[in-house]
Amino acid sequence: MELVLSLGIGVLAGSGVWLLLRPRTFQVIIGLCLLSYAVNLFIFSTGGLRSGAAAILAPGETGTLAQYADPLPQALVLTAIVIGFATTALLLVVLLAARGLTGTDHVDGRERER
Amino acid sequence: MPDSVLLLTLIILPFVASIAAGLLPSGARDTASGLAGAVALIGLGMVWAAYPTISQGGVLRADFAWMPSLGLTFVLRMDGFAWLFCGLITGIGALVVLYARYYMSSDDPVPRFFAFLLAFMGAMTGLVISGNLIQLAFFWELTSLFSFLLIGYWHHLAAARDGARIALTITATGGLCLFAGVLVLGHIVGSYDLDTVLASGDRIRDHDLYLVALVLVVLGALTKSAQFPFHFWLPHAMAAPTPVSAYLHSATLVKAGVFLLARLWPVMAGTDAWTWTVGLAGLITMLIGAYIAIFQNDLKGLLAYSTISHLGLITLLLGLKSELALVAAIFHIINHAAFKCSLFMAAGIIDHETGTRDIRRLSGLNHSMPFTARLALVAAAAMAGVPLLNGFLSKEMFFAEALSAEAPVSPLLNILPLAAMLASAFSVAYSLRFIHGAFFGPEATDLPRKPHEPGTWMRFPVEILVLTCIIVGVLPAATIGPFLALAVHSVLGDDAPTYSLAVWHGFNLPLLMSAVAMAGGVVLYLLLQRRLRTNEDGPPVLWRLEGQRIFERVMVFVSWRLARRLEGLVGTRRLQPQLRVLVGIAILAGAAAAWWGGFGPGNLPASPIDPVLALIWLVGGACALGAAWLAKYHRLAALILVGGAGLVVCVTFVWFSAPDLALTQLTVEVVTTVLLLLGLRWLPKRLHIPGDRGPEVLSRTRRLRDLGLATGAGLGLAALSYAVMTRTPPDLLALHFLARAYTEGGGTNAVNVILVDFRGFDTLGEIFVVASVALTTFALLRRFRPAPESIELPEQQRDQAGTDAAHVGQRETGRVADWLLVPFTLTRLLFPVMLVVAMFLLLRGHDLPGGGFSAGMVVAIAIILQYMIGGIEWTEDRLRLRPHLWVGTGLLLASGTGLAAMLFGRPFLTTYFAYGDLPIIGKVPLASALIFDIGVFALVVGATLLMLVALAHQSVRAHRATPRRSTEAGDD
Repeated sequence: MELVLSLGIGVLAGSGVWLLLRPRTFQVIIGLCLLSYAVNLFIFSTGGLRSGAAAILAPGETGTLAQYADPLPQALVLTAIVIGFATTALLLVVLLAARGLTGTDHVDGRERER
Repeated sequence: MPDSVLLLTLIILPFVASIAAGLLPSGARDTASGLAGAVALIGLGMVWAAYPTISQGGVLRADFAWMPSLGLTFVLRMDGFAWLFCGLITGIGALVVLYARYYMSSDDPVPRFFAFLLAFMGAMTGLVISGNLIQLAFFWELTSLFSFLLIGYWHHLAAARDGARIALTITATGGLCLFAGVLVLGHIVGSYDLDTVLASGDRIRDHDLYLVALVLVVLGALTKSAQFPFHFWLPHAMAAPTPVSAYLHSATLVKAGVFLLARLWPVMAGTDAWTWTVGLAGLITMLIGAYIAIFQNDLKGLLAYSTISHLGLITLLLGLKSELALVAAIFHIINHAAFKCSLFMAAGIIDHETGTRDIRRLSGLNHSMPFTARLALVAAAAMAGVPLLNGFLSKEMFFAEALSAEAPVSPLLNILPLAAMLASAFSVAYSLRFIHGAFFGPEATDLPRKPHEPGTWMRFPVEILVLTCIIVGVLPAATIGPFLALAVHSVLGDDAPTYSLAVWHGFNLPLLMSAVAMAGGVVLYLLLQRRLRTNEDGPPVLWRLEGQRIFERVMVFVSWRLARRLEGLVGTRRLQPQLRVLVGIAILAGAAAAWWGGFGPGNLPASPIDPVLALIWLVGGACALGAAWLAKYHRLAALILVGGAGLVVCVTFVWFSAPDLALTQLTVEVVTTVLLLLGLRWLPKRLHIPGDRGPEVLSRTRRLRDLGLATGAGLGLAALSYAVMTRTPPDLLALHFLARAYTEGGGTNAVNVILVDFRGFDTLGEIFVVASVALTTFALLRRFRPAPESIELPEQQRDQAGTDAAHVGQRETGRVADWLLVPFTLTRLLFPVMLVVAMFLLLRGHDLPGGGFSAGMVVAIAIILQYMIGGIEWTEDRLRLRPHLWVGTGLLLASGTGLAAMLFGRPFLTTYFAYGDLPIIGKVPLASALIFDIGVFALVVGATLLMLVALAHQSVRAHRATPRRSTEAGDD
């Protein structure tokens, strides 16, 4: 199971990095999305993979790691997802405005001279 | 008066008054000068009030906790030496303020001048009464800063700007060296407290780092006191108003360097290294300064070089291994302050009354301003070392020391008396030039202004200072003697030598040297008469050593050529190379860590592979690769594939017991996709034409390199994740959170409790980020100008419009509504259901999966769905949205909850919780965290809608196209 997930993270990250290095702004946005999936999953996985562990405490109980999934990476990733969405939106709008101003969707704001 | 009040008044009052003066209207010359004068006099009163303690050999000390965790204390400490300096700073300060009142023109913004002057006074006082080395370095830099502002006071003059810049660069760099030096000293001693440092002389001198500390501290002192090779800033600083030169460049600022050397003399001096660095620098400066001073045509320039030379003399004295030399140095510090300050004031009066400071043009002012002429004559005589004036006494002491001092090498001993006589002769020559050139000879006729005596009050400070010169010169032991003794004792303690302050010591060698120097100076001046009258190109310097030129070259090289070359070498303005380097370094760093730290599978056995999840990830991987493949020419397909990958991630969260994450991921996924879909409209068309290599196709090698990087990053992260997952997860905080989630946070959903309670402050910060991002996007979109080719309606809409025009008679509602009738109806029906679901998620968030984030996203999705299916106009006719209001309410609620805790005396964002029993619904958690979560909810709704709606509105807005930029604008 660990193998599957780590390979998945690798594929997401690889595709993300590849797109990040492309010249078109849309590719970069898509790349960032993929990369953030990979990173979120990685952070999540640091709490240990527990299928079937309870996520919710029984009332009045002091939970232990034996029965429950680690909540800390989850809280971190939850924050990361929301912030990731906000920055994606900002990046998109900046890139759209840049495209309007420069007339190109190249990441440098101008086409590369050959 | 308690010590602490006295000392605090001394340093705080000037700064407070400085702010007050800065707030005065720019014409308030009298008010500002009155304020500054009052502050200086109060300071002088404080110094006087401290005298009873000081005269008993006591030390005033006040400690204030500053950073107790680092063992740092803010210490004010005034011993005899610091007391003497405080007297100089406040006493001469008061005289300078009086002088400046009459010197400054009412056309200048005089309050600003006094604001700077007062701040400088405070900084300088702080420097001398610092009882902590770091604090001393801080005030040291402050004096550099305010000196910069004062030199550049007439900032419309290029000379003032250049002078200020050079002075700041040199002295502040020296200050940084000093800072490093005191850090080393503190490291050696183990404390930054001055008393402790002064008690650890042997430890410092024997330490391996002694040389390092010495060089750094001496660099600081030499730059500040304008010693060779850093002397050149002082002449340029003469562009300052004359009161500034009189105050800073004779009495206070430049004395800070020698103050520091004298202060640390007991613990750092006495070694050969000290004598070589300090003594040699002083010797060279003394000779060069005096030599160049003779050939200056500007009165102030002459005085500046003479100051350099006298500071060199003091530095030389400090560099000798003799306690008596230290006494002479401190004595000369006082004497020099008195006569040089009055000379600067006299030069200022001449400038003020005649309009020029050029010695070649001035002549015969004795006729028009006889009184000033006599004052200047006495002061210049003191500078030359004429008997019965104060300069003579310290000069005699210097000669005596030059004859008897020990030196590391004997040749130095032999030249020392000669050098002393030579410098003294030069000093006589330039004093003669100052007096003879300006006041004697025929009356000048071509002066810019007709000279006459200055106002009484403008001359008054000069009179006081000249009177001091005479009194000290005639009755040294009775006047300055006790004060000097106090200063010497506080520096040297019990090692203080016995010395005699008598005017007459009988016929001895120093007296003979004085006579020879005096005669030599007169002869030299007579010989140089001819040359000096037409002196065009400055001093006949044998070696063309111009400090300023070297300085400018270095500055140009460092800040321009070197910077440009480095930028060309390692910098780029293009994004892709930067990202490549970034990713490359990340991969290398990870690989290096694995190489050194070892790498292998962890302690846990791998769990068996579940074929379902494997299949899901097969799809997920394919989606990711497909998105990477298609993102260039098939944006929509790529977007859908990214959505697929997101769903797989979402399923993974569910699989591994993280329902909250899955919920958030799912909703965010939807919103992100909608957002990107809205953006697609404004991107340029890009069609893939097989065989056509567009301009953007990169070379094969570059693509291969990127592929390598991507593969490396992917494999690296995969390996890292595998290694992490097969190890027992660290139990750092999880247990702490799990154990307290219910007992102290009152919720069974630990993730939510962390977000809204334990780490509520992080969440607060996060929602502020989201809010500012939303506002930024909104602001950017208000002025959005699309590229000209994207202005037109999309092809599909034009087609539809054409069809509609062709079938005018049909139903009005037609069009989109007809095609999407089924989803349209469904969405309308779903709208209330979604809102209820959102409420449900919000309310149960503390105990069960849900919470403000996911609830807010659900509401946003519900509204966006209406927009998508019904169209902007239809929706906005029926739904009045005020996203800004939602954002503001959210922020207020969230911060208000935090602040409410403070009302009850608890720290910010402390949660209160209880369970309430509502009819029908049952038991609901009523934690104050719920209000916080409602704030988060409102903000997420508002921010998301703000962004999406603003972007959506672009397609119905009438756009002005961006004007096509001319071709040259695109290049470089």
